[in-house]
Amino acid sequence: MSLDPATVRRIARLARIGIDESDLPALQGELNGILGWVEQLNEVDVEGVTPMVGTGHAALRTRDDVVTDGNCRDAVLSNAPDAVGPFYTVPKVVE
Amino acid sequence: MSLTELTIADAAAGLRARKFSAVELVRAHTDAITALNPRLNAYITPTSDAALQAAACADEALAKGEAKPLTGIPLGIKDLFCTSGVRTTAASNILKNFVPPYESTVTANLLRDGAVFVGKTNLDEFAMGSANITSAFGPVENPWKRNGDADTKLVPGGSSGGSAAAVAAGLAMGATGTDTGGSIRQPAAYCGIVGLKPTYGRCSRFGTIAYASSLDQAGPMARSVRDCAIMLQSMAGFDARDSTSVNCDVPDYSAAVGRSLKGLKVGIPAEYRAEGLSAEIEAAWQQGINWLKAAGCEIVDVSLPHTKYGLATYYIVAPAECSSNLARYDGLRFGERVPGATLDAMYEATRRAGFGPEVRRRIMMGTYVLSAGYYDAYYLKAQKVRSLIRRDFTESFQKVDVLLTPTAPTPAFAQGEKTDDPVQMYLNDIFTVPASMAGMPAMSVPVGLGATGLPLGLQLIGRPFDEETLLAAGSALESAAGFTHRPAIRAEGAK
Repeated sequence: MSLDPATVRRIARLARIGIDESDLPALQGELNGILGWVEQLNEVDVEGVTPMVGTGHAALRTRDDVVTDGNCRDAVLSNAPDAVGPFYTVPKVVE
Repeated sequence: MSLTELTIADAAAGLRARKFSAVELVRAHTDAITALNPRLNAYITPTSDAALQAAACADEALAKGEAKPLTGIPLGIKDLFCTSGVRTTAASNILKNFVPPYESTVTANLLRDGAVFVGKTNLDEFAMGSANITSAFGPVENPWKRNGDADTKLVPGGSSGGSAAAVAAGLAMGATGTDTGGSIRQPAAYCGIVGLKPTYGRCSRFGTIAYASSLDQAGPMARSVRDCAIMLQSMAGFDARDSTSVNCDVPDYSAAVGRSLKGLKVGIPAEYRAEGLSAEIEAAWQQGINWLKAAGCEIVDVSLPHTKYGLATYYIVAPAECSSNLARYDGLRFGERVPGATLDAMYEATRRAGFGPEVRRRIMMGTYVLSAGYYDAYYLKAQKVRSLIRRDFTESFQKVDVLLTPTAPTPAFAQGEKTDDPVQMYLNDIFTVPASMAGMPAMSVPVGLGATGLPLGLQLIGRPFDEETLLAAGSALESAAGFTHRPAIRAEGAK
């Protein structure tokens, strides 16, 4: 499996990470190096093996359906890069 | 003995006996940070003033006879743990001005038990790295030097490199670390200290900035096995706010330190005699085997056949979880923002400027392996191999009580080495990653110096929730090794 420049561009787009055309050759080389190296997993016979999800030390719990937190609007907004009043701001998304 | 050379256990006794005050103890460490941190860069944010205030409160508690287990003990906190009102950066530009309005459970537990935080320690950006060279706040220098080479700067390991360097150099008595694939154990080995990654689920992840959630686990780093036991006692415990926290009793860890090893079965996995293992580390491993035998252990050869696939599995699972966890850094709700004409342009500009190259690379790897058409070939396959890695451990632990291996294939290397190819850097974690994949507890203990005068560590891997056996066997190795070597750069005598 080898990634072409168009695929690297598509991955960056999916990840919402801006890249310059000049970044592409190095990124393509590095990602292909890592992907080539993980190909070794093809040697492993996983027929009938159940995928491991979590480490199996704890079952998922349920809790009482009650409010346990809240009334901390100012704390929640305290790190917003561009809050206006009690709101987060975003660039205009509807023309 | 200088106050910056004491163990936590001795300092706690000294404080109770009024041999010195908490203010004196903490000031010795904050002075050391002032003197040495400009060089070592072990702390991103020293918190000396707050620490001295907390030390004064600790002295009041001591005077009233209300001391708790860690009252007045100066600790470093990896800058991945959210600390209320104290900047928490994850060593990333995207969080360079982030001040959490809440406290992580692990740090809250340490504060409850009286600990004094002297600062937030440096790390690889978002804990992604093995050399502490990806930090947006600059690399950390390992306080150890090769014999006769005072100039070459060595890496402290990573990602908890600032914590390891601070503890080794006497800029903290102990520090918190987090370990996703070796980030506590490998820097502990490179810096000649003890580091313990508990069983997954033993310490709460609440308030710890997430990298790979099915692997991340907090643990203690200190200069003795007993000190790690004391810190773990405070850090561990059930927390309803972490869905993977395990609700089981926290035993008396200090009681396990020095416990008899008569009849303990120690497994030696054949697959860890891997290509690239340095001769000096192989010799240290054999020495460790001899020591445990002399302490009454039975040595048993075991096989963990999927060991060699651990790293490749890790570099699918961890980036996948990282791409998902780091999606939250969008420039809207917290963190830095770079403006853009559209929402997507803002996201892309923010995340390009905010993340360093290694973090961007892992997010992209993770995005690819989770993308439509590739999920089964990469992510699902890796999860199946992960099951096999865990099964290797489970089967071994039917025959033995604990495993002994090297922690890392080589001692600390120089800044600038192994940086050309990401895969070469990843290979440092070859011996630590499998226990992470399986969720098993593991600990690194310094056992000697190699030919160039650098510390070498051995790793013990235990059954789930059996940190006590790690502490018992670790303290036997510690006593036999009599490791009292100290790094070239340290607080004692520094001005």
